[in-house]
Amino acid sequence: MTPIAHSPHAHAPVSIGKVMATVLLALTPATLFGFWLYGWPAVNLWAVALIAAILGEAFVVRMQGRKVRPVLMDGSGILTAWLLALSLPPYAPWWIAVLGSLFAVIIGKQVFGGLGQNVFNPAMAARVMLLISFPLEMTTWVAPSQAPGLLESLRITFFSQPIDGMASASLLGHVKTEFTRGIGLDQALAGYYAPMDMLWGSRTGSLGETAAVLLLIGGLFLIARRIITWHAPFAMLLGVAAPALLFNMIDGNHYAGPMVHLLSGGLMLGAFFIVTDPVTSPNTALGQFIFGLSCGLLTWIIRTWGGYPEGVAFAVLLMNAATPIIDQYVKPRIYGRDRKGVALSVKKG
Amino acid sequence: MKLFDLKGGVHPEGKKDLSAERHIRALPLPKKLYVPLQQHIGAPATPVVNVGDKVLKGQLIASAQGAVSSSIHAPTSGTIVALGDHVAPHPSGLPVPTITLESDGEDRWGMTKVVDDPLALAPEDIAAHVAAAGIVGLGGATFPSALKLNLSRGSGVQTLIMNGGECEPYLTCDDRIMRERAVEIVEGIRLIAHAVAAKEVLVGIEDNKPEAIAAMQEAAQGTAIKVVAMPSMYPMGSEKQIIQVLTGKEVPAGGRPADIGVLVHNVATAFAVQQAIRYGKPLISRIVTVSGGAILQPCNLEVLIGTPVQELIEFSGGYRQPAARLVLGGPMMGQQFTNTNVPVVKGTSGVLALMASEIGQAEASPCIRCSTCVRACPVGLLPLEMAAHIRTADLAGAAALGLKDCIACGSCSYVCPAHIPLVHFFNYAKGDLAAQERSKLKQEATKKLADARNERLARIERERAEAAAKRKAAREAKAAKEAAAKAAEEAA
Repeated sequence: MTPIAHSPHAHAPVSIGKVMATVLLALTPATLFGFWLYGWPAVNLWAVALIAAILGEAFVVRMQGRKVRPVLMDGSGILTAWLLALSLPPYAPWWIAVLGSLFAVIIGKQVFGGLGQNVFNPAMAARVMLLISFPLEMTTWVAPSQAPGLLESLRITFFSQPIDGMASASLLGHVKTEFTRGIGLDQALAGYYAPMDMLWGSRTGSLGETAAVLLLIGGLFLIARRIITWHAPFAMLLGVAAPALLFNMIDGNHYAGPMVHLLSGGLMLGAFFIVTDPVTSPNTALGQFIFGLSCGLLTWIIRTWGGYPEGVAFAVLLMNAATPIIDQYVKPRIYGRDRKGVALSVKKG
Repeated sequence: MKLFDLKGGVHPEGKKDLSAERHIRALPLPKKLYVPLQQHIGAPATPVVNVGDKVLKGQLIASAQGAVSSSIHAPTSGTIVALGDHVAPHPSGLPVPTITLESDGEDRWGMTKVVDDPLALAPEDIAAHVAAAGIVGLGGATFPSALKLNLSRGSGVQTLIMNGGECEPYLTCDDRIMRERAVEIVEGIRLIAHAVAAKEVLVGIEDNKPEAIAAMQEAAQGTAIKVVAMPSMYPMGSEKQIIQVLTGKEVPAGGRPADIGVLVHNVATAFAVQQAIRYGKPLISRIVTVSGGAILQPCNLEVLIGTPVQELIEFSGGYRQPAARLVLGGPMMGQQFTNTNVPVVKGTSGVLALMASEIGQAEASPCIRCSTCVRACPVGLLPLEMAAHIRTADLAGAAALGLKDCIACGSCSYVCPAHIPLVHFFNYAKGDLAAQERSKLKQEATKKLADARNERLARIERERAEAAAKRKAAREAKAAKEAAAKAAEEAA
């Protein structure tokens, strides 16, 4: 006998696979820009990260005795590896991508029970693991507009060819280094901060984090397609920009202004693609706003006073841990009840 | 008129154009009618006829039992051929007590009481007529209408809302009845308003039914009835939601609309009320939409209660292609059925034969906490959290999150990208909680009885002991007396 189905007997034309595919589509412009900017090594790294994630996830899912195909088809593993790849230095060696991807999908996700169960954003967890374990490889940057050939790119990615000649520093790292030498912002930024280049992404940085405008367009596309809402991204940008503006006004030579902060590091990618990760963020609009705002504030605090030049990944992980608490206290008001859940009093008339 | 916002809600594809332009047609008289005794919320009716009895159309065949119940009348003239079980219009398809009536083909009415000036009737008389006609809410909830009138009469009604929302996709039965029978509906509305002394009467109709709005506006001219166009959004036609949108008020949790001075009736119910009071015709037929991608000619039919669904499907030209699923009611809240011998009952608004592509069913995948369900919930619940609790059998946890406030509208399931059957979880949990509560009450009652018995036994024992002690004391006193007398005698 056919099993009896429960209502509703209609469904919106949506699925997890479609959601993930839309997010990947939104990431594509910034990714292609990264490929163009950094050349073949970036493509290699991205491909290695994806392949490692797919194979690694397939392996552990099979070990669990679960069906591999539906897990791979939901696209979440690919998205995680993609996001991780975008946050890596473009000339990083292949094993950085492999280790990161395996850590993300296995330790970051499958160990918790698979899709939807993880507490921490897998891509950010992997990025922080790599940064702490391999600080050299994770902070060796190159200046854009150098286009190694395919063969040379293979040597860079797979045989760790030294890239001393091309090495550069990211803006945030440069500023932090200059501060330790007692050099103020006005000198540190001179020749390093070109707002228009920052906006378009032609700067030293991670593989896919630099194209601020393209990431913003991708994010707005996701908001328009109702995959994400504005709350967390907007709040995160606000959380960085507001204190930056305030402190910049107080001491402009020591605290960078809001535009420097908004256009550097992994903030744009973080705001539109990381803090909007549904699994590890709160489930109400207000909760998402609080979450995003806190991520932004923490990012700014770490950038300004912390030991590391960039703080997006740390901020996100800290707030991931706070998500259950936010969800516990921020709940929508139920129809016919007040905010505390007490039934509305009966009023005549 | 200023409208208020509905929280959440979804926009399912309307699909109403399949049948919206089809005039209401009467289904030819079926040979046999299967009239279940339970077609309403409350206690089943009790048959007042026997096998072999000849009945006339509109004659009472089963009477209401207890406070919440409804009477049932013969849909046509003929012979009662069976009092027994027939497949129920319910997903279980289990047999339920049913009166089977064989039509004599004459469709002859019994005596009908005609009221010349219905508006001169006393309010309680209107409710009595409605009760006698076996009218229940035709929007789908099938709550006995007279009871609703009586409950509201006591508390006073500020706003009477007539629900012409019809927010379920596919269904056009209310749309058609408003277009074609607006004058009768308006008279019915005035009777209901009179019965509860309503100060304000609003007819809420979704703006995807402009013809119905125009027809109702025309019919309502010169009356105090206000016809209001509401945005088309599901579940606009849900009682609590239509109140919120039209008045800005919310029904307190666990309360009734009457608590805030509001009464809601469906427009088709108003038609039934008018027919009952003006012409003495009880509720023995209703308008049913037959639709869905698998139906050859979707249409709106006036159908006698008890007609097997198979006849409706055949009259609609049968299937265009094999149906992937058959549904009674609308696709959002309707129930699947498999046996086409199920009868149309008072609450049957639609018969849908859906293609696989219309159902959009897929294997459920893990919840990614995207909270689309939170945004869709018109009540302000956290469907994903409630489902997570129910999945681990923590029903109390789900109840603490507001499970009992869920109206089972299906908006969350409809939008879930993981295709998790959220409402199925909630209805399961509600059923299980209700069963737990019943068994708890039963246990408490049993314990009370047991305690009483023990106490009574103890009392009997105590009384017996006391009596024995008394007798013993009396005996001893007597013996002592006798001994004393003897001693005295001896001494003397």
